[in-house]
Amino acid sequence: MNRALESIAQLFGKASHKLKKDEISPAAQKIYFYKKGIKVTKAEIEALHDEHHKNAKNKWRKRRWLTLIAVNLLFVVSFSLDIQLLEGSLTASRFMGFHMADLNSALQVMLAYKAVLINLLIGVVTIFIAWFLLGGRTFCSWACPYHLLAEWTESLHLWLAKRGLAKNYTFHRGVRTVFYVIFALLAIVSGYTVFEFISPTGILSRAIIYGPTLALIWVAFLLLFEIFLSRRAWCRYVCPIGITYGIVGVFSPLRVTYDLTDCKHEGDCRAVCLVPHVLDLTIKNRSSDVEVGIGADCTRCGLCVDACPTNSLNFEFKGLTRKPKKEELPLMPDSNESLVDKEPLVNSEPSANEEPSSEQANK
Amino acid sequence: MTDSTTHTQEDSQNPEARPPVARKAKGNITRGPGRRAQQARREFLRSVALTVGVTSISLLGFVPIPADAKRPRLRPPGALSEEDYLSSCIKCGQCVQVCPVDAVKLDDLGTGFGLGAAYIDAREQACDFSCDGLQCVLACPTGSLTHTLDYTHDTRMGFAVFDKPKLCLAVAGKGFKGQARGPDYEGLLRYEEIDRWNPIPLKDYPYDVEICDLCVQACPIEQRYNQCQAGKPPSGDDNQCPPQRAIGLELIEEKNGVKHMKPVVYDGCVGCGVCEMICPTEQASIIVDYNILTKIPLSEMYMAKSKRGHS
Repeated sequence: MNRALESIAQLFGKASHKLKKDEISPAAQKIYFYKKGIKVTKAEIEALHDEHHKNAKNKWRKRRWLTLIAVNLLFVVSFSLDIQLLEGSLTASRFMGFHMADLNSALQVMLAYKAVLINLLIGVVTIFIAWFLLGGRTFCSWACPYHLLAEWTESLHLWLAKRGLAKNYTFHRGVRTVFYVIFALLAIVSGYTVFEFISPTGILSRAIIYGPTLALIWVAFLLLFEIFLSRRAWCRYVCPIGITYGIVGVFSPLRVTYDLTDCKHEGDCRAVCLVPHVLDLTIKNRSSDVEVGIGADCTRCGLCVDACPTNSLNFEFKGLTRKPKKEELPLMPDSNESLVDKEPLVNSEPSANEEPSSEQANK
Repeated sequence: MTDSTTHTQEDSQNPEARPPVARKAKGNITRGPGRRAQQARREFLRSVALTVGVTSISLLGFVPIPADAKRPRLRPPGALSEEDYLSSCIKCGQCVQVCPVDAVKLDDLGTGFGLGAAYIDAREQACDFSCDGLQCVLACPTGSLTHTLDYTHDTRMGFAVFDKPKLCLAVAGKGFKGQARGPDYEGLLRYEEIDRWNPIPLKDYPYDVEICDLCVQACPIEQRYNQCQAGKPPSGDDNQCPPQRAIGLELIEEKNGVKHMKPVVYDGCVGCGVCEMICPTEQASIIVDYNILTKIPLSEMYMAKSKRGHS
C-alpha cells in the first residue's frame, strides 16, 4: 500500500528521495554491500548488453511500434474498407460492437456536460478494465500516435543536442498535475472540452482516420518545441491523459520489474526512459527491495528492458510470470545486522535527478 | 538599470522569489548549493511560463465560439443545442463512419472547441436519411446526437428557409432540364425507385420538369409522407409516417395580381438540407437555417417529440 501511495505521489510530480537504511530490506542491503567498490567500464557494459540481447535487439521497441501502428491502422482499415471492426477514433470507439471510451476524453466530456452519460460509462468501464490489465499508461506508449511521433523526433532532438544545436529545458514534473486540475476546472467552468482542443492524441488519431486537418500545425509546433527546447515535453510535463491512465495502472498486474541482483547501476535505462524518475530506484542504494515493480508513471514501453545490459528490468504479469530461480550469493555473511553495522551505506550515486543524456544536452 | 527593474517585476509576481542578494549573484555561481537553488528557481519560472502558455493556447478555442451559442453549421440529426452538443461530443467521428452518403464531416481548428465535432455541409452533401435508421444517432457514444428520437421525422437539424426568391426557377415560372448541380457535382442522393439501399450520384439522375420542383421532389420527408398517403409506409411501419408535410409548391398571388409558384416550407421540415443541396440555381434559393433552433431548447423538443411518437 505504501508503495502504491509512493507511486501515485511520483505520478503527481514528487521527486524520489534517498532511502534511509531501514527503508531498504536486509536482502537488498546485502546485495548493495557486495557491490560496493565494484566499478564497471563502458566496454564491460556493452559486452554484457551484446551478450544479453544478441538475438533480439530492441525487441520490445519493435513489438511496440508494430502494435501501435497496427492499432491505429486498424481504425483506418476498418473505416476505409467499411468492415466495422474498430469504429471511431482513439477518443471513443467500438471494437466489434463493444463500446470503448478513452478515459480522459470521457472524463472531460462528463465534466463539461455535467452529467454521467450511461452509454459512455459502459465504454469507460470496458476500457478501464482493459488498460488496468495492460498496465495503465501502456496506452501512452502502445496506442497513442503522438507518442510514436514524439519518439521519432526525440532521436532527432538527442542528435541535435549532442551537437549543441538543441536545448533540453526541464520543468517541474508537478506541472502536469497542475495542468490536470486546470483542464478539469476549465471543462467544468466553460462547459467545453477544452483539453480536446489541444490534445495531439485526438487530433492525430482523427487526422489518421479522417484525413489531415489544420490542427496538425499545433502538433507540428509541439514536436518542434520538443526537438529544439525540451525533450518529450508534452508527455512529460503536460498531457493529462498520462495521469488518468497512470492512476488506472497503480495496481496493474502488468509492469516492468526491477531486479537489483545483477544491476550495474550504470544508468542506461534512465538515459532512454520517457519518465526516468520511475527508474530512480536503479541508482545505487535507492531500491527498497531486491525486486521492485516500477511505479505507475511508467508507460511500459520496454525501452529500459531493451537497454538493460544485465536483464535486470523485465516485463512481469503478476501471478503469471514464472521467474527462474536465483543463484544464492556465495559467502553470505550470517547476520544482516552485523553487516549493516560494519558497513554503513554510503550515498555514492551520481546526481540523481538528472538523466545522463540531459546533462550532455546542457553541456 | 532596465534589467534590474524587470527583475523586480518578475519577483513581485513570483512567491518563491529570492532576496536581492541571491539575485545579484545570478550567472556567477557555478557550483554548490547556490547553483542548485538557482536551477530550481529557473525551473519553477519555466514551469509557470509553460502553464500560462499552454493554458492560453487552449483558451484560444473560445475565439470562434459565438457568444449567443448560435450554430455556425448544420449538425447531424439529433444534435443537442449547440452548447450542449459541443460539451457532450467526444469527437470520435463514429457518426462520420456510419453515414452512407458521407454527409457528416469533422470540424477543423477554425471552429475552436468545435474541433473534431461533426457537422454537415448541406450544399456539399446533405443528409438524405438513406440509412433509414438514423445510423449516426445510433453510433453516437455520448448522446450528443440524442438517443431519444426514433424516426426520421423526429429530428430537427434546422429549418428550411426560402432565402433567395429572386433566384428561384419556380417563382420565375421556369422549368429545369439536366443534372441538378452540373456534371462535376459529386454529391449522392437516394432514389427509392432506383435502389432503396444505395444512393447514387446526383449527376446520374437528370431531371426534366416544366416547373422546377426539385426541392419538393427530393425532400425525404415529403417522399415518406406521400408513401404513407398512398397506403405504403416505409418498411410497412406506420410509425415511420411523418405527421406533417415538409415542403410543397403553392400557387401564390401577389398584390399586383401576378400569379406564380413558390416553394413553401411547412412545420414538418426537419432541416436535413436536401432541398439546399439539390437547388439548381447558382446559389441555393432555399437554405437551411440552423439558428431558428436555438429559440426552443432542443433537448426539450426532442423529449416532447419522442413522447408524442410513442403514445
